[in-house]
Amino acid sequence: MEKSLTLREFIITRLIQASGYSAILFVALIFFFLLREGLPTLAEVDASSLLSIRWYPIENYFGILPLITGSLIVTLGAALIAVPFGIGTAIYISEIAPRWMREILKPLVELLGGLPSVVLGFLGILVVSPFLRVFLDLPTGLTAFTGSLLLGGIAVPTVVSVAEDALDAVPRSYREGAWALGATHWQTIWRVTLPAARSGVLTAVMLGVGRAIGETMTVMMVTGNAPVMAVKLGSLFSPVRTMTATIAAEMGEVANGSTHYHVLFFIGMVLFLISFIVNIIASSVVFRAKKRAERILS
Amino acid sequence: MFARNRHTVQRLGFTAITMMAVFTVIPIVGTIIFILFKGGSAISWEFLSGFPHDGMRAGGILPAIIGTLYLTVGTAVFSVPLGIAAAIYLAEYASDNRLTRLIRLAIINLAGIPSVVYGLFGLGLFVLFLKFGTSILAASLTLSIMTLPVIISTAEESLRSVPQAFRTVSISLGATRWQTIRRIILKEALPGILTGVILGLERAAGETAPILFTGAAFFLPRLPGSPFDATMALPYHLFVISTQVPEMPIQIQYGTALVLLVFVLTMNIIATVIRSRARARRQW
Amino acid sequence: MVDKIIIENLSLQYSDGTESLRDVSMGIRQNAVTVLFGPAGGGKSTLLRCLNRLNDLTEVRASSGRILIDGENILDPKTDVIALRRKVGMVFARPVPLPMSIRENIIYGLELAGEKRKSKLDEAVERSLKLSAIWDEVKDRLDDPAIALSGGQQQRVCLARVIALQPEVILLDEPTSGLDPISTGKVEAALLELKKEYTVILVPHSIQQAARTADYAAFFLTGGLIEYGEGKTLFTIPKQKKTEDYIMGRFG
Repeated sequence: MEKSLTLREFIITRLIQASGYSAILFVALIFFFLLREGLPTLAEVDASSLLSIRWYPIENYFGILPLITGSLIVTLGAALIAVPFGIGTAIYISEIAPRWMREILKPLVELLGGLPSVVLGFLGILVVSPFLRVFLDLPTGLTAFTGSLLLGGIAVPTVVSVAEDALDAVPRSYREGAWALGATHWQTIWRVTLPAARSGVLTAVMLGVGRAIGETMTVMMVTGNAPVMAVKLGSLFSPVRTMTATIAAEMGEVANGSTHYHVLFFIGMVLFLISFIVNIIASSVVFRAKKRAERILS
Repeated sequence: MFARNRHTVQRLGFTAITMMAVFTVIPIVGTIIFILFKGGSAISWEFLSGFPHDGMRAGGILPAIIGTLYLTVGTAVFSVPLGIAAAIYLAEYASDNRLTRLIRLAIINLAGIPSVVYGLFGLGLFVLFLKFGTSILAASLTLSIMTLPVIISTAEESLRSVPQAFRTVSISLGATRWQTIRRIILKEALPGILTGVILGLERAAGETAPILFTGAAFFLPRLPGSPFDATMALPYHLFVISTQVPEMPIQIQYGTALVLLVFVLTMNIIATVIRSRARARRQW
Repeated sequence: MVDKIIIENLSLQYSDGTESLRDVSMGIRQNAVTVLFGPAGGGKSTLLRCLNRLNDLTEVRASSGRILIDGENILDPKTDVIALRRKVGMVFARPVPLPMSIRENIIYGLELAGEKRKSKLDEAVERSLKLSAIWDEVKDRLDDPAIALSGGQQQRVCLARVIALQPEVILLDEPTSGLDPISTGKVEAALLELKKEYTVILVPHSIQQAARTADYAAFFLTGGLIEYGEGKTLFTIPKQKKTEDYIMGRFG
């Protein structure tokens, strides 16, 4: 090796290398601790009980199905809002807006991503839910739909920024080619740019959904916290309880090492696995798209 | 006729898309203005510098402000050096192999893990296993790991945007790799790295779920005295007073929301300004 | 005159398969300008980058052979490459001033080498800028950012930056490719001055430049050394058909 490479340089290089590897270590640690505290659940609670529809921990009912359906319905609602609005906004920013408008919109959307979820939950309680209760004539404004509405807002920045990057990455020549063939600006967007960016847009949707499933404070504050099965369309307008909210609401009050404690970690494990799968799929979509682009260009 | 039809479609389409963008942006602006407007009247010197009393229904929110400052600084202490070093590794040292791809996958996953799961992890590792207790230390470490992916990815991008030629020239003049990074690359990438750091810390400052079981206190009559003490924090305090305390004066709730919002917005604006100024000044 | 550098059976292949060298052997004279010329992709730049081990930064698939500078094989893994790069300086095709002032650019390498005395540094700045024929143009603005200079000035500052380290060999990879004729003339004039003290190896950006500057010239084609000899002879009566074709502009 190089003689001038001093001991200091050697140490610094090793530290930098270790920092790089640390990301793997952290993911492994997180998974390990979730397993360590969550797996005892399987010994302490029957599978049939775990997969039942009753969540009532005080009497040792640990059915997580209502929580899963609660998360799903809130997330589904959020996706129905975040996907069209997110992609629409991304198209507007990337394809339609004049430059000055873009310079204003991008930081604004980024700002939305930075708003603390607890602030949105707070406004949800004080403004959105009373409004929805009156407007939709519901017994309570704290419903899955309220959660979806706010979660949609939380997922939008993720969808916008990833989708906008994808649209931006479509080569200019594609668009110019379409214009040269006489397509209108709108046709170009719809038939050329958007299809060319579709894998990136798909990634945007997945990451947005991932963000929505994992969101905690807002849903805990506005969905009413009722662990009931949410399988009908009407459930959207009644209170539900998500997995994240359950952990956040109950972990503070359980005894360490109790069954309830283990079950909450078990739910955390499920959430971890969901986000793991969503991210692996999302990143492999990006990876494949990159490969394809390289093939076309070479 | 056909042509006119196409243009009608285009006009309708553009209008729809523009409306979507408008409906996305209005709530953002609306939220901010609404809270500034509603919370403004609660802000006073006593509110900012006093302790809460009467079961938090009166008095100020100083311990929560200080607590959030502590947590933000604590998070920075761990996540900034680690995040920048990891970014340097990925941008300057790592070759494109299986291990590097694994690191990238790990970072993507860290970015996607729900914040409440970070809370569980922090409880399991820092609070219980390492016996830090419910403390500023445990909460800061938890927030640090959550913040890492933001810092790493923005810092890496910023390092990569420094022209390759600087590296070649510096090496050809007898610099080692680290000398090149320290004297040239880091200096040039600094604004971008700073932007990423602030955006990461902004997120940490506003988070509630990761600190719920790792460091947040419902109410403390005094300021925390050491990193091993629990602390109040603005986001958690807002959560508490808007859901857990009956007959809470609405003024104090809006005031607290306002302070938290200003805290976070200030960081966001600083980051945006640093980034746009660096872009304007850049010569390569 | 002696050979400063001896290249023995040097072969090299990049991982991406772009440029390569095939069994190149040649000696390079001290205090002379040796020109490496030929069509793009012929291996000239690769050879230059071997001489200061800058190829270490690139992914190389395979290499063999030896390069002796003052009798020492610099391709030996035990070679101190930092010291080697101080001894063998390099100027690149595009001027790349580091993002700092003119003065800081010049003393960058010296500071890295541990020189802290201000008098020595100032002396080096003046001497190297004079040798590169740019002192008069920049002496009053040494603390201005180097990027603010014109392209031709930048390239001469880059040359001065190399000279400041007092190397023994100077490598120049198409140093005038982006410059106007007047700047090119100044750089070439500086080279004539430099060869009195240094061993200069130049990849020219045109055959005309090769003919103007070469004491010795080597013609490279697809990684192989085709012909090597004194500049005067090689450009007037080349021995090889391929060399002649190239000089006459029949290909490449």
